[in-house]
Amino acid sequence: MAIGWYLTVSALIFCIGAGGVLVRRNPLVILLCLELMLNGANLSLVAFARMWGREDGQIFALIVMVVAAAEVTVGLGLVVAIYRRRLPIDVDELNELQG
Amino acid sequence: MSSVIFFIAAIGAIAGAIGVVLVRNPFYSVLCLAFHLVSLAALFLLLRAEFVAAAQVVVYAGAVMVLYVFVVAYVGGGEQLASGAVLRVLGPLFALALAVELCIAMLGAGLKGVSSDGAPFVPGFGTPAHIGTLFLTTYLFPFELASILLLIAAVGAVVLARRRRGLEPDEQLEFRIDAPRPAYTGTMAEAAGVRPRPGDEPVGATTSDPVPQQGGW
Repeated sequence: MAIGWYLTVSALIFCIGAGGVLVRRNPLVILLCLELMLNGANLSLVAFARMWGREDGQIFALIVMVVAAAEVTVGLGLVVAIYRRRLPIDVDELNELQG
Repeated sequence: MSSVIFFIAAIGAIAGAIGVVLVRNPFYSVLCLAFHLVSLAALFLLLRAEFVAAAQVVVYAGAVMVLYVFVVAYVGGGEQLASGAVLRVLGPLFALALAVELCIAMLGAGLKGVSSDGAPFVPGFGTPAHIGTLFLTTYLFPFELASILLLIAAVGAVVLARRRRGLEPDEQLEFRIDAPRPAYTGTMAEAAGVRPRPGDEPVGATTSDPVPQQGGW
């Protein structure tokens, strides 16, 4: 398969994730959609690594996975803290920081 | 053969992604994401990235998804929230515009490499040995930085999610049993008259100083 097919799939996954971040209001689902966007970027990184025949892109993809895991950990910690304080689990209601 | 596997995996990945966004119950969203991740690992394998595919399945579809499932089970599904009317219309439109724009930018760029099958395959490409060698030589600094980042994230998650003020107001640590006790089985404080016995009138209580607690200790 040509590399362009993989890039098309990665673009579609990224855009589905971006649309999900905009549409959904549950912070858990927003975190899942962020994962989708990161995975779309990962797929294009690995595809470019295949295109060049070098493994640097795969290293980049692995680092992105580490950063995604860290982001998920902190994000889920925030969700648990929100739940503990009996606040609504809804990003439109949690707007005290918007100044 | 590889194109058949590609289309199956690509359709699975895109269907999983759409499922994450459209399914109402967050638990099913997590399951859709796990399916999406496994399909994506198949695509990685087609791109000869064995180690990345294995890490994807083990780290993502294994560990991170378990974390999600635990938090969804703890927090619960939440209400069935519908987004605001403006974003409900504009969000999909924005996503569609972004998809069209990205496809035009990548496929219409006229890059020769995009329409090729990639560089000639070298044996050992993408194996753990090559990745490990690169991580410990060229990319040693990002590797160490990633480990420090993971440590910070773990500590930060514990700090964010721990209990701060002890028990919540409506929680009880222990349950007090109010059943009547036989005589001579009280505590030393009750025998010395410091605390009232369960059935007795409070010792030394005057009418102007009612002792509120009547329950046993």
